[in-house]
Amino acid sequence: MRSKGKIYGAVLGVITAILFVGNLLFGSIDIPIDEALNILIGGEASRESWRFIILESRLPQAITALLCGAALACSGLMLQTSFNNPLAGPSILGIDSGASLGVAIIIMLSGGVISTQSFTLSSFLSIIIGATLGALLIMAIILLLSTMIKSNIMLLIAGIMIGYITSSAISLLNFFSTAEGVHSYTIWGLGNFGGVSISQLPLFSLLIFVGIFIAIMLIKPLNAMLLGNRYAENLGVNIKRTRNLLLFATGILTATTTAFCGPVAFIGLAVPHIARLLLGTSNHNQLLPITLLCGSVVALLCNLLCTIPGNSGILPLNAITPIFGAPVIIYVIINQRKIQYFN
Amino acid sequence: MGKKQIIQATNLKIGYKEGKKVKVVHQKLNFQLNLGELTCLLGANGAGKSTLLRTLSAAQQTLDGQLFLDGKPISEYSERERSTMIGVVLTDKIFAGGLSVYELISLGRQPHTGFFGRLGKRDHEIIKQAMKSVGIEHKSDCYVAELSDGERQKAMIAKALVQESPLIILDEPTAFLDVVSRIEIMQLLHKIATEQNRAVLLSTHDIDQALVLADKLWLLTKGQGIIYGTTEDIILQHKMENLFPGSDIKFDYDHGVYYPTVYGNKEIAIYASNKTTLHWTLNALNRVGFACTIMQSEEENSSQEFKLYADSPINFRLINGETTKLLHSFEELLETITHT
Repeated sequence: MRSKGKIYGAVLGVITAILFVGNLLFGSIDIPIDEALNILIGGEASRESWRFIILESRLPQAITALLCGAALACSGLMLQTSFNNPLAGPSILGIDSGASLGVAIIIMLSGGVISTQSFTLSSFLSIIIGATLGALLIMAIILLLSTMIKSNIMLLIAGIMIGYITSSAISLLNFFSTAEGVHSYTIWGLGNFGGVSISQLPLFSLLIFVGIFIAIMLIKPLNAMLLGNRYAENLGVNIKRTRNLLLFATGILTATTTAFCGPVAFIGLAVPHIARLLLGTSNHNQLLPITLLCGSVVALLCNLLCTIPGNSGILPLNAITPIFGAPVIIYVIINQRKIQYFN
Repeated sequence: MGKKQIIQATNLKIGYKEGKKVKVVHQKLNFQLNLGELTCLLGANGAGKSTLLRTLSAAQQTLDGQLFLDGKPISEYSERERSTMIGVVLTDKIFAGGLSVYELISLGRQPHTGFFGRLGKRDHEIIKQAMKSVGIEHKSDCYVAELSDGERQKAMIAKALVQESPLIILDEPTAFLDVVSRIEIMQLLHKIATEQNRAVLLSTHDIDQALVLADKLWLLTKGQGIIYGTTEDIILQHKMENLFPGSDIKFDYDHGVYYPTVYGNKEIAIYASNKTTLHWTLNALNRVGFACTIMQSEEENSSQEFKLYADSPINFRLINGETTKLLHSFEELLETITHT
C-alpha cells in the first residue's frame, strides 16, 4: 500500500505539472504556443501584451488554482475525519457561506469600493479578515451543534440550514447595498481563480501554506481520530487541542480561498473521496499528500475548462466544479456498502 | 504472596459533573485490581458500570476519594503517560473501515512512536506478535470493513495489546457476539492476563462465562458499592444475590446461573436416576408451575399426591395416588401432568 501511494504521488505530480503548463499556454486569448513557450523561458515576445497576459495573469491564476485546489481538498479531508463523516465538506457545513457572508459585509459596507479586484493592501486584508471571521463563526456554531446533534446526517442538514441562513443574510445585504456593491459581490460569487493578483500572491500563498502545514503536522492524531474521539484520547491525543487546530486550519484554508476565488463548490467535498478511492486507504500518511495533489489537478483542470469558449469569455468556475464533484458524491453514496471507508 | 496491584481505590466517589450540577453515581467505593488476573465487572443495567470504567480509564474525573494507578494518583499522569498504562476496548463505533487490519492495530503504537507515527522495527515485531496472540494474522492485509464482529473485536484487543499497557479495560467486549466468539474472546483475555501478566478488567452481562473464566469478580450493586473477591469465594459466600436485589430471580449454586423464582401452586416429589436427568426434569416441571421436592432414594416416602420417578429421559413413572402412568418423553410427561 505504501508503494501504491508513491506511484500515485508520482503520476499525479506529473499530471499536475502538465496541467500547470497547460494553464499557462491556453487561455481565453489566443497566443501561439511557440510564442507562449518562448515567453515562459524568458525570451522576447513579439507582442508586449502577450507577455503581460502570460506572466501577470495566467501565471498567478495557475498558481492560485494549484493552491486553492489543494487547500479546499485538504480542508474537506480534515472536516471529514474530525467529524467522522465522509459527507462533510466546507460547503456542505456552511463554512464557505460563512466566509462569503464576511466578504459580503466588507464589500457592501464599502459600497463596492473594496472588492477582491482592488489592489490596496488594506482592502485585501479586510476581505481576508472578514472571510476568516465569517468562516470561524460558522465553524464555532457547527462545533456547538455537533455536541448537541449526535447523528451525522442530521448535523449535515443543520449545516445546510445554516448555509441557507447566511445566504439570506447575504441577500438582505444585497438588497440594501449599492448597485456597484451587488455587482462586485455577484461576480465574486461565480468563482474565479483569477482573483489573486501577482502582488497579492505572496500573502495568499503564505496563508495557504500555513493551513496545509498545520494539517501535515496533525497526520498522526488524524489517524487516531478514525477510531473515534474516545479511542483517540486513550492513545494520548489531546482531543480539544487537536480539534481546535484542525478547525483553525480549515478556517484559514476555506476563508483564504473563498475570499479570493469565491465560494468554490464541491472540490472540498469530492476530492478526498477521489483520493481515497484511488489509494484504497484512509491512512492519512498517504491520503493527505494524495488529496492535496488531486485537489490541485482538479482545480487546474476546471480552470482550463473555463477557458473553452475562447475569445467570447470565461465560464464561471462554479459552473464547472459541480460537474466533476456531484457525480463523485453520487457514486460514493450509491456504492457505500461496497466502499470500505464507510463501514 | 500477593500479586502486584495496578489499581487501588479508597473512598472513591464517581459520577458526572455538568456545569455546577454534580450527579453522583457511586461513593465510598473501595477496590483493587491485580496484575496477572482477569477481573469481570458485573452489574445490572444502570448500575454504573460504564461510569466506573470511564473513571478508571481517566476519561472521566473522579469526584472525590483516591484512585491510584501503579502507586501514583491517576490525575498526575499526562495523557501520553496514561496511554502507555491503560489500553481500552470500547463499544464505540469506529470509522476505520478503510484501514487494513495491520494499520488499525498499529494505531495502538501511537503512544510509543514519534511525531509522525513512523513505525520502527520493534514496533512491527510487537504488532505481529499481538496479531498472533489474538489469532488474526491471516487477516493482516484485509480491510477492517471486511471483518466479522468477532474478528473486529480481536483486532481492537490487539490494538490494546500493542499499547503495551499493564492494564487493559474492556467495556462489554462480548456484546453482540455469538456464543463461539464469546467463549473465544473470554479465553483469549484470560490467557492475555495470565501469560502476559497484565490486569484485564472487563464489564459483561455474560455471567455464566464470567464465572467460568474470571479470576476475580467485581459486583457493582446499588446499595453496597463494589463487592469484590475471588470468583468462587463470591459465589459460595452467597454474594451473587446482591447483584440484582429486589428482582424476582434466584442464583443456582449448582450451575452458576440465575433462574426465575418458581411460584409453584402444585406440588410434586421427584426421584431421578442421575443428575442430568434430575436437572432437566426440574427445569421442565418448574416451567409449568410445579414446586418440586427431591427424593434421595427410590424407596423414600413422600406425602405428596404426585410422585415422579425419572428412570431415564425416555422412561418416566408418574404416580397420582393409586394410578401409575408410564411416559416416554418430556413431551408426554408435560402433556399429561398439565392436564391432570
